[in-house]
Amino acid sequence: MKILVCLKQVPDTETKIKVAGDGKSLDPTDVKWITSPYDEYALEEGLRLKESAGAEVTVATVGDDKAKDVLRNAFALGADHAVLIKGDGQGDTLATASILAGFAKDKGFDLVLSGNKGLGGDNSAVGPMLAELLGYAQANVVVKLEITDGKFRAEREIEGGTEVVEGSLPAVVTAQKGLNEPRYASLKGIMAAKKKTIEETEVAGHAPATGTLAMTLPAARAEGRKLEGDAASQAKALMDALKNEAKVF
Amino acid sequence: MILVFCELKDGKLRKPSAEALSEGRRLADASGQQLGALTVGASADGAADAAKYGADSILTCVAPSLASYSSDAFAAAIASAAKAKGATIVLGAATAMGKDALPRAAARLDAGYAGDVTGLSMEGGKLQAQRPVYAGKAFATTGFTSAVQVATTRPNVFAATEKTGPGAMESVEAPAGDFKAIVKEILAKGGGKVDLTEANVIVAGGRGLKSGENFKILEELADALGGVVGASRAAVDAGWGLSHGIQVGQTGKVVSPTLYIAAGISGAIQHLAGMSSSKYIVAINKDPDAPIFKIADYGIVGDLFEVVPELTKAAKAMGIGAHH
Repeated sequence: MKILVCLKQVPDTETKIKVAGDGKSLDPTDVKWITSPYDEYALEEGLRLKESAGAEVTVATVGDDKAKDVLRNAFALGADHAVLIKGDGQGDTLATASILAGFAKDKGFDLVLSGNKGLGGDNSAVGPMLAELLGYAQANVVVKLEITDGKFRAEREIEGGTEVVEGSLPAVVTAQKGLNEPRYASLKGIMAAKKKTIEETEVAGHAPATGTLAMTLPAARAEGRKLEGDAASQAKALMDALKNEAKVF
Repeated sequence: MILVFCELKDGKLRKPSAEALSEGRRLADASGQQLGALTVGASADGAADAAKYGADSILTCVAPSLASYSSDAFAAAIASAAKAKGATIVLGAATAMGKDALPRAAARLDAGYAGDVTGLSMEGGKLQAQRPVYAGKAFATTGFTSAVQVATTRPNVFAATEKTGPGAMESVEAPAGDFKAIVKEILAKGGGKVDLTEANVIVAGGRGLKSGENFKILEELADALGGVVGASRAAVDAGWGLSHGIQVGQTGKVVSPTLYIAAGISGAIQHLAGMSSSKYIVAINKDPDAPIFKIADYGIVGDLFEVVPELTKAAKAMGIGAHH
């Protein structure tokens, strides 16, 4: 089985977002970059299939030289091949999906894994778009995955529960928290990763179909008031305020 | 035409779809276009509800093979209806199904996609979307260059406004062939409660709850207020047996209820990102310097194990939530 895991480099979740001088993009100053946490679940699932079913795991990302860090990290965790698809970071979901599809289309991947969303654009669209462009089945926001005899059974999160999706490979599956517990890289893995070669390639894709015209920070919420007294009077004051002041009820 | 993909459940139009339709009606009026509603399934029971929210026409795609949800079949049905009607804008709700089918339909239509939008407008004949990015740490205005423009509306943000439209029913062709994937079974876990993303009231707990069992006091308060329970990443990752599905924050659900009560949650940046667009925020914490108080409308400095049961008691005494 051949598996492709698509990774994205994103700002660390504790990053305080600042808007750049152009008024529409992220100010990269002081940003610590990490592999998107959802992509870590995707990679872990690929590595487990490598161990249990002898799958070959290729990782790929669309980005610049800085994005090599996520590929190097994937090598340290156990990926077999890593590919940097050069991109300028200006692509939208359709452009990114078309670049990944262009890269993957002739390579016979049985399974394409990725996070259910990147932490940034938060569109959750690259997975399903990639599935459509490759003509593959899809299962998104997956918390449990079983592969047997060229078929998959995936449990995906829906409102108030999960639903079971079944289909035939090839498929695109996007990971949700809960799918697995990602491993940590071993020192041996980290050392070995330094000697491995990251392939670099360029793939033509669709022109972006959307663009960010402006980015703003949410208006700061004013600090409200503290309710005084013992627990019972605080509770009563709160319910009173919610009912008569905020009119929530 | 503006085409809105509408979800039916138990013979009724789902509320997030009614919200998307209402917003579609507003955009159609602003741009002089027709509003079409599209339903896909083994039956069209409940599709007529779309007329209540202003649909000029109701397109029904009905076939026995569509009884269970299939990403590829539903995406094909949406794209084919959009093409047949020459729709330039395709909307749907940002539900589990909408977020699964509409990006796939967008790729089929060579269209740009804006997910989970909180505002839409027409500018020079093109759609513009306001949407949270970085889980709500920032907001982006997204513009489209593609001929067809696809967006999903975040539940609970747009009003579902009744405005009767002609609602002329018309059946459209169902997708043929073998589906690549299909839903075989639904495993409900929430006991029929609404999802966090659609809840009006959320009572969330953090590390301060000290154990999974202690979430029972939050359940009781949530029940009294007609709400549901959420949790911080710290609580979910603590190994207390809490479901990942109730996590609120940048790596969990992004929510915007009318009321968000945070108990024993200090307010890490990634948590605040997921809930700071709530209308009213209440913080209960022992630590008066906890960052959560900075964004709370009402703060209670105190022991949540004393305060939360008192809140439940006060809510019941005042008859709050009884009408939910």
